[in-house]
Amino acid sequence: MTGAREALSRSGPYLARRLAQSLRLMVGVPDYDAYLAHMKATHPDREPMSYEAFFRNRQEARYGGGAGRCC
Amino acid sequence: MQMIRRHVLWFVVAVVGAFALGTVALSRGESINALWIVVAAICVYLIAYRYYSLFIASKVLGVDPGRKTPAHRHNDGLDYVPTDRNVLFGHHFAAIAGAGPLVGPVLAAQMGYLPGLLWILAGVVFAGAVQDFIVLFISTRRDGRSLGDLVKQEMGSVPGLIALFGTFMIMIIILAVLALIVVKALAESPWGTFTVAATIPVAIFMGVYLRFLRPGRIGEVSVIGFVLLMASIFGGQAVSHSAYWAPMFTFDGKMLTWMLIGYGFVAATLPVWLLLAPRDYLSTFLKIGTIIALAIGILFVAPPLQMPALTQFAQGGGPVWSGNLFPFLFITIACGAVSGFHALISSGTTPKMIDNESHMRLIGYGGMLAESFVAVMALVAAACIEPGIYFAMNSPAALVGSTPAAVAQAISSWGFHLTPDMLAQTARDVGETTILGRAGGAPTLAVGMAHILHQALGGPAMMAFWYHFAILFEALFILTAVDAGTRAGRFMLQDLLGNFVPALARTESLPANLVATALTVSAWGYFLYQGVVDPLGGINTLWPLFGISNQMLAAVALLLATTVLFRMKRERYAWVAMAPAAWLLVCTLTAGWQKIFSADPKIGFLSHASVYAEGLAQGKVLAPAKNVGEMARIVFNDRLDAALCGLFIFVVLSVLFYCVKSSLAARAANRPTTHETPFEPAPTGAAS
Repeated sequence: MTGAREALSRSGPYLARRLAQSLRLMVGVPDYDAYLAHMKATHPDREPMSYEAFFRNRQEARYGGGAGRCC
Repeated sequence: MQMIRRHVLWFVVAVVGAFALGTVALSRGESINALWIVVAAICVYLIAYRYYSLFIASKVLGVDPGRKTPAHRHNDGLDYVPTDRNVLFGHHFAAIAGAGPLVGPVLAAQMGYLPGLLWILAGVVFAGAVQDFIVLFISTRRDGRSLGDLVKQEMGSVPGLIALFGTFMIMIIILAVLALIVVKALAESPWGTFTVAATIPVAIFMGVYLRFLRPGRIGEVSVIGFVLLMASIFGGQAVSHSAYWAPMFTFDGKMLTWMLIGYGFVAATLPVWLLLAPRDYLSTFLKIGTIIALAIGILFVAPPLQMPALTQFAQGGGPVWSGNLFPFLFITIACGAVSGFHALISSGTTPKMIDNESHMRLIGYGGMLAESFVAVMALVAAACIEPGIYFAMNSPAALVGSTPAAVAQAISSWGFHLTPDMLAQTARDVGETTILGRAGGAPTLAVGMAHILHQALGGPAMMAFWYHFAILFEALFILTAVDAGTRAGRFMLQDLLGNFVPALARTESLPANLVATALTVSAWGYFLYQGVVDPLGGINTLWPLFGISNQMLAAVALLLATTVLFRMKRERYAWVAMAPAAWLLVCTLTAGWQKIFSADPKIGFLSHASVYAEGLAQGKVLAPAKNVGEMARIVFNDRLDAALCGLFIFVVLSVLFYCVKSSLAARAANRPTTHETPFEPAPTGAAS
């Protein structure tokens, strides 16, 4: 019973996080934490972009190149 | 025994679906409930997903969960990111869902709900979802390359170039049609015009907020934007009631056209963070929210369908669009059943984020099933309003007249109950002065949605709000598409023109930008204007062109899939792509041929042109033209449309030629000849 309650209380924030990730990705902004983790794991020598810079970079990438949009 | 137990639940789903579909198809005379359609559709999707998509994944494509995907190979945390499959599903669905699945089924409802429903279901299971899935697979196996690159790689550079050029022309037609839908919805509607115009300052405010005040806070700014949008709907109501303000926001179609053309030019040259990006946030979230709200509304209200299963127009001769069920139904319902544009998304951002190959089935095939369900809901919304109202909104004035009395009489004579009072009452309910001549799908859908949603929330007093909410929601993402599409067209054009005038290829040069933007805007603006002054309502001319070109792009994508299956030496299963490709070729080539050469001037561009050319030669002026100049323009436009149609036919036939050629070569080869990125094992722990 406690296990179930624990699982539930953990799944709440988990779902909320996934939902927020989905909504952001819908408008072309991938997960910032994943980016940080990737930079830390593979390029520890390089300074990762700040969230603001990351956001601008993604905004430019989504619209700057003139990617097509569906009907 | 184990075997039987595994399938028994699915057998029950199949029986329920068959029963619901039978109820929908066989009921005659009495009206049936929309829930039957919903149940039938969901059962069909479940069965198709469980069995057919599994067959495609395991047998046809040989999806390999142990194979490394580009997201892992090129992981940069930005473009290539291994992404949770549910999160990616949302991204993919938001990218493919647009105005297409909402408008096509509404237009198709003139034949009754049954033909449209059957094609939406059959089309998505055997063509649309197959296309999205296989293109996603092909692109993922090739580092997420784009459709044009894939055609070039697997078929050759000539068909690649032809496909790219075809894509550009399709884009122009799509932009013209989308803009036309907005014009039709906003003409003579101060409420709608104010509300939609207000989105521009709202978006600019959001853009500045995101750039300078609170950089990157998307959620926060979207909530603020949403509140402002709702306020602008109420503001529009106040404007429409004000004797002073209402005339200032009342425009006819031509004026709105010029405003949209000007808007398109300015919006496509502004920096993206100022207008395009923030409005994209609003339109994306509003789109997803509205789709969910509509689904809940339909389940909750369970509206009965007023439209008959089949109308007399299933035999052809319908007022909304001309031509017979075959081939024109299959090009009218574009995106809900199969859409070539999805091939661009499936070979765009999505393949770069696939975490594991086993996720492609859910995202490619499942995403398209969800899109198809949106089309089914649009069909339900159109079919649950009074058929007389439906035809009054969608029939051109040239056919039924332009006064409520004349329209009511004309439509009653077709056997659909309609009185001038009903027209006046509906217009009052939705807060408009008239609902006549609003072809294009969006207003009809808005009436249908208002009809459903006001029963769920707000009661009759809220009907006008829901109507304008629906108009706003469609106009918002259409304007985003116009803006983004103009930019995309500009880049394509600069690429193309750069071959002749190198200075024009410099995308960072302002004069080159302005020239290319102006050319793109005038291209779609020309077709938009032509559609707005068209006496038959424009949709009649432009929607078939859009449908033909979009379905042809789907055929191109499925031909690519065929070639790839041959190259993989899986020709035994090539029918999975070949059969829908063949069907789409038959439909689009027949429709294209009839649009050019049909002797019926309502269908054939050339025969329509010759009616006016003869009149011109005899010195007569035929309505709706008012003078010789307009007569000449009609003749010219008809011939231009015929030429465009011919061009599309040329594009698809040449891709077919190269498909056959490379497939035969691949068949003769004694080993696989694909251009896949070499196999690497998936990182451990990534598979799920």
